[in-house]
Amino acid sequence: MAETAAKKAKKEKIPRQAMPEQEPKVRARNFEEVPTGQSAEAAMQEAARCLQCKKPACVAGCPVEINIPAFIQQVKDGDFTAAITTIWETNALPAVCGRVCPQELQCEGVCIVGKKGDPVAIGNLERFVADYERKHREAKPPEKSEPTGKKVAVVGSGPSGLTVAGDLVLKGHEVTIFEAFHKPGGVLVYGIPEFRLPKEIVFSEVAGLEKLGAKLECNAVVGRSVTIEELFEEGYDAVFIGVGAGLPRFLNVPGENLIGVFSANEYLTRSNLMKAYLFPEYDTPVIQGKNVVTLGAGNVAMDSARTALRLGADTSRIVYRRSRDEVPARGAEVHHAEEEGVDFHFLTAPTKFFGDEKGRITGMEGLKMELGEPDASGRRRPIPIEGSEFELECDLVIIAVGANANPLLTQSTEGLKLNKWGYIVADEATGKTSKKAVWAGGDIVTGSATVILAMGAGRDAANSIHDYLTWGW
Amino acid sequence: MFKIIRREEMAEGTVILNEIEAPLIAKKARPGQFVILKANETGERIPLTMAETDPEKGTITIIYMVVGKSTALFRDLKVDDGYQDVIGPLGKATHLEKVGKVICVGGGTGVAVLHPITRALKEIGNDVTCIIGARTKDLLILEEQMKAASNDLRICTDDGSYGHHGFVTQVMQEVLDQGGVKLVVAIGPVPMMKAVSNITKGYDVELQVSLNPIMIDGTGMCGGCRVTVGGKTKFACVDGPEFDGHKVNFDELMLRLGSYLDDEKESHDHYCRVRGE
Repeated sequence: MAETAAKKAKKEKIPRQAMPEQEPKVRARNFEEVPTGQSAEAAMQEAARCLQCKKPACVAGCPVEINIPAFIQQVKDGDFTAAITTIWETNALPAVCGRVCPQELQCEGVCIVGKKGDPVAIGNLERFVADYERKHREAKPPEKSEPTGKKVAVVGSGPSGLTVAGDLVLKGHEVTIFEAFHKPGGVLVYGIPEFRLPKEIVFSEVAGLEKLGAKLECNAVVGRSVTIEELFEEGYDAVFIGVGAGLPRFLNVPGENLIGVFSANEYLTRSNLMKAYLFPEYDTPVIQGKNVVTLGAGNVAMDSARTALRLGADTSRIVYRRSRDEVPARGAEVHHAEEEGVDFHFLTAPTKFFGDEKGRITGMEGLKMELGEPDASGRRRPIPIEGSEFELECDLVIIAVGANANPLLTQSTEGLKLNKWGYIVADEATGKTSKKAVWAGGDIVTGSATVILAMGAGRDAANSIHDYLTWGW
Repeated sequence: MFKIIRREEMAEGTVILNEIEAPLIAKKARPGQFVILKANETGERIPLTMAETDPEKGTITIIYMVVGKSTALFRDLKVDDGYQDVIGPLGKATHLEKVGKVICVGGGTGVAVLHPITRALKEIGNDVTCIIGARTKDLLILEEQMKAASNDLRICTDDGSYGHHGFVTQVMQEVLDQGGVKLVVAIGPVPMMKAVSNITKGYDVELQVSLNPIMIDGTGMCGGCRVTVGGKTKFACVDGPEFDGHKVNFDELMLRLGSYLDDEKESHDHYCRVRGE
């Protein structure tokens, strides 16, 4: 008894190891990654804080159920190669998840250590292990089962598609990933900025999948270049649809088509995928506003507002119609944005945009809001305050208020049941759609959500596809 | 890589034709659809409506005017060189229907886009009068092909060096005045399409135009290509590229096409410096 207490006291003495970061003023002007990564010593120190719970809440809190205590023990023992092997058992993209998962709502949110202090930094440890392996290449790739002779088409190379491909290729199936863009990764590449997720990491994870035997076809717009029916005619036995939400929402207020009003999708795609921040070395330009307004307060809005600073903005404002309590972005993202100088304007909503004779935006008009009763989303509904109009000068507006379902693929596929918003109806546990041998997962089923939830859906679908290919529908 | 197997220069070298190996696109493409091309790793994604497709040979043909950095980069690709990326077919195909008397109006490289549509309209039994124009005789493209594709070809030049001395709209109005025209298809520079629209609004005809706004992905994902049609915002990439020419807000389209004029100049100058020009 005395010994356990002493052990516990010792553990409590180790504070949560901070992740080193670039200085806010410096990083707000470059595209390099904000957190710079931990040393092996710091990682081992952090791992020593884990209580190795018998019934680990963290595992249950993880959408792909990584064996968290096991890999943390391996980090504590300094066996980083064993740790990556443990993570790989259930997660093909740890370098990505360690960076972009909302850990505070998942594994770390339920960590027992966190009840009386800071939780174990599980995300940072996952990232450390993945980065260590990428640098040292010591681990053996997971074992592949005997070839089954079955062919699977994965439509979309975002987080859900990559997870399905990774799981099924290990189970011995022949997997081809179809990507509409010229580069794989989906939102990981076009949406999430370099300073939060270096693209080299995504490409390295995809290269790993290719090494395992997954085939990748870029520039393939399923629904246009080839239809789902044609994939079956070509001999595919099963199809997974993970195309993302991908149709930007606009606000339908006057002046929205002025030059300098972007969807976040366009703004971020120009900057991230097309590398407009390296213009003119790269050919794609993007408008570099001096006074930038981003509408919305999700992770995509934070990415946009922070990108604007890095592209040279003097002011970068977030305009959000609800209050700070309703902000949907991760706490860490809001914190980083504020540190870098992004201004938050809560309880404000745009009513119109103004332009000059060249059709370029020069400002916007907004209204102050107050919060009323909760709406369908459970959040308190913003209500305009009469006579509270105000004007804001700006030369760039980024609309980051979410996405709708892109109909390009769903409209070209017969027998695929959609809900009233155009998202694909899929079984929650398996991802099975109303069409035989077709599964779906990620944002095209749930609407805009997170990388890890899409990966969880991919994991479930992969298991169900494997069952189908083994036993039948 | 998508290999170039044929390359021609037209209109005194200002317009280039590339026939490109792209068997999957060639098999699928129908008149009116477009592709997105990217020359190399650092290149821009450029949408161009296809001028020709040959499913048997497995090739598509694009015809474009050299106007900036990206098209200059395309121009510098030789036979056996290739585009790093070609994506398509994208957009909706032209709605083809037998309606009777049709006028097809083309200007600049719009003539290249108009060609397969004209041919298809004639093939299904329409009586097609085609009117194409250029600033001067030497800048005119595809005269022979357009002659073969239509029942009657009229040519206009701004300087009177060939055919009718004046604009395509003047000849179009003459044909409209003869009566019986049901449909006008106009593809060319935005000011031309706007001028056509202003005239056809006065007649009982439908007007179909094909738009080529700035876009990135071509699949409805970025919304950069939005155009106002009948007071509503449409995405040219998935709702178009063809629209009812009487409802398009051409002034807005023209402004939006100028979004990056300064950047385009900077990019082109940068390219010329790199090439030592």
